[in-house]
Amino acid sequence: MDFSKLQELAQKERERQEQYKHRIFCCTSTACLSAGAGATHSMLEQSVAACECHEHEVEVVATGCMGLCSRGPLVRVETKDEPDVVYQRVSPEVALKIVAEHLPIPPDDKDDTADEEGDILPHDFPHFRASLRKAQEQKGLEQYVLSLDHPFFTKQVKVVLSEIGHVDPQSLEDYLAHGGYQALAHVLANMTPEDVCQTILKSGLRGRGGAGFPTGMKWNFGRLAVGDTKYMIVNGDEGDPGAYMDRTVMEDDPHRVLEGMIIAAYAIGASYGYLYVRGEYPIAIQRLQRAIRLARRRGILGSSVLGTNFSFDADVRIGAGAFVCGEETALINSVEGKRGMPRMRPPYPTTSGLWNAPTVINNVETVASVPPIINHGPEWYAAIGTEKSKGTKVFALAGQLRNTGLIEVPMGITLREIVYDIGEGVSEGHTFKAAQTGGPSGGCISADYLDTPVDYENLKKLGSIMGSGGLVIIDDTTSMPEFARFFMDFCVDESCGKCVPCRVGTVQIRALLDKLIAGQGELDDLDKLEKLCKFVSAASLCGLGQSAPNPVLSTLTYFRHEYEALIQNKTNQEAAAD
Amino acid sequence: MSDRSSGNAESDKRYQLIDRSMKRFDYQKDALLEVLNTTQEAFGYLSEELLGYVSDQLNVPLSQVYGVATFYHMFTFDPLGDHNCIICTGTACHVKGSNLIVNALSEAFNIDEGQTTPDGVFSLKTARCLGSCGLAPVVVIDGDVTGKQTPETTLQRVREIIALSAETTQAEHTRSEVEA
Repeated sequence: MDFSKLQELAQKERERQEQYKHRIFCCTSTACLSAGAGATHSMLEQSVAACECHEHEVEVVATGCMGLCSRGPLVRVETKDEPDVVYQRVSPEVALKIVAEHLPIPPDDKDDTADEEGDILPHDFPHFRASLRKAQEQKGLEQYVLSLDHPFFTKQVKVVLSEIGHVDPQSLEDYLAHGGYQALAHVLANMTPEDVCQTILKSGLRGRGGAGFPTGMKWNFGRLAVGDTKYMIVNGDEGDPGAYMDRTVMEDDPHRVLEGMIIAAYAIGASYGYLYVRGEYPIAIQRLQRAIRLARRRGILGSSVLGTNFSFDADVRIGAGAFVCGEETALINSVEGKRGMPRMRPPYPTTSGLWNAPTVINNVETVASVPPIINHGPEWYAAIGTEKSKGTKVFALAGQLRNTGLIEVPMGITLREIVYDIGEGVSEGHTFKAAQTGGPSGGCISADYLDTPVDYENLKKLGSIMGSGGLVIIDDTTSMPEFARFFMDFCVDESCGKCVPCRVGTVQIRALLDKLIAGQGELDDLDKLEKLCKFVSAASLCGLGQSAPNPVLSTLTYFRHEYEALIQNKTNQEAAAD
Repeated sequence: MSDRSSGNAESDKRYQLIDRSMKRFDYQKDALLEVLNTTQEAFGYLSEELLGYVSDQLNVPLSQVYGVATFYHMFTFDPLGDHNCIICTGTACHVKGSNLIVNALSEAFNIDEGQTTPDGVFSLKTARCLGSCGLAPVVVIDGDVTGKQTPETTLQRVREIIALSAETTQAEHTRSEVEA
């Protein structure tokens, strides 16, 4: 099918949507679901049905993450010619209030049904209407309204997440209506693979998986590599605990991931691709599989992509829980059905990857950044961010903060703005202690560096890394040596065992930490710890081992006094015993 | 393990799910991980017999099947209890005290993380990260995900669910006795 037919579909869908006076969006992503969004969504649907409105009065849409997960479930009401309203903490009772606020409730003869005991049956409309009237009388909806002028929203710049929370992830038509697959159509019709690589290079986009390698350069290596068959892999094995950016993008805007992936495949000349997704993300797997099915049916995937002579198809591969599979060569082994152990590099995957064919592997967020870059131009993207780190970065803001959730900010924003404006600071009575970025491969940044602009270079200078986007805020209730041990526990478990420095070194680091935390430490243990960390870092084969000591090294740098206090305590106790 | 391709396998519908998965991948060896995923989904765990079946059908040495299966955390080799509680121990949940929840349940049921009570009623598990970090700490009880939990709320819900199913079983038992 060529793109003009898809545009017709998009136009039809837009017209359908414009007919509605109200569109009620209920977040049904994992975080809101665990706050009870399932019940909220069905209450919205049933009470809206009970209002028996005219055909084009209202539509309830199950959509994706709106960002402020800690206040979930979130519901947004879009009314024609009126500003949008977002409601927070929407329990089924609040959902009734929302419907009562926005929709006319038809009258009933009898109005005492709401007082009866027991649950309301799904099609008992008079009963729902009685409950709606009751909810209307109770009022008190104002306290659930979320101000969109809050810095949580105003400080964000949405490029990757732009459609999430607006688009229905299950519908290809809705994605098209939001301008979907336009970038792909433009690329196929007007650009050579070389042009595409140049455009991405010019935009300054760097790998969002954590290492920050320039994406355009990687694609160029893939494009120039010699091979009859090439592969494009999207890395959705988000193993970093405390991070869920990729999950959200895959669950809530799966076609965007697919579109970016097909553009990448065209740029490098790949004919087949895999989306490698964590087994722990069943909804993401299901939605990507659905997106692939729908895309195939409409000729977006297959032997003639959008009616051109470019052919590309893709499939989902399900990971089974191994942190090391985030490393690209380990991921390749896993796609091949083997143990996910890293390979020696070089040769790099762009030369010899999946089944020894040239393979480009990009993170989910990286490929999701591609369609907007094509649509708005590389200059537009490069205007966001700092000199060396362009564009935006999605962070999963979590930990001991007032506002936690998923945010997208321009590179170069300071940690202070993220923590105090977007996150509204740590909970009352506590003080900020550290920001942990990059998960088990990253480090802890202390309060002294809150004004550092966040980009790849600065975070590295501070002994941490950008990582995939986990950002966990810690207050004074957390002990840093114990926090470091938490990550070391993780790395000991996740070390694949292939190389000795990582397999043995992480265990030895943990043993030293155990000793210190148990109050058995000697003064020279800190030096030993530091030496060991540097050794593991220098001698390990892959990124996991090379970065595993980061949490320890960074806490040793910024919170050495906490380690020293553990030793001091011991010395004091011994002195007291004497 | 000698009867792995015998009538037992043919009569069990769950084996058909495994077969379908292998067929989808044309019995290619690289489908191993996918097939193991399907197998665990169908049976809840990977028994020695099942590993043998997959090894035979895909023509991959059993040692390799075992090596792959044990490498990944999501595969388990023992059946789960009737009820289970998975506690997220990701970074966000950790700093919000998920280890206290693990300890509380571990003490209450006298089992370690990853174990099942001897009567097969309850399994206690942990997960790396469930990706609901905004609502930390998160627990999953019998597939139901809830956020912002404490040791008390989790323990209470687990006890309620176990008590409820015990009551139902008791009631069924009584009914069948009366009918008899």
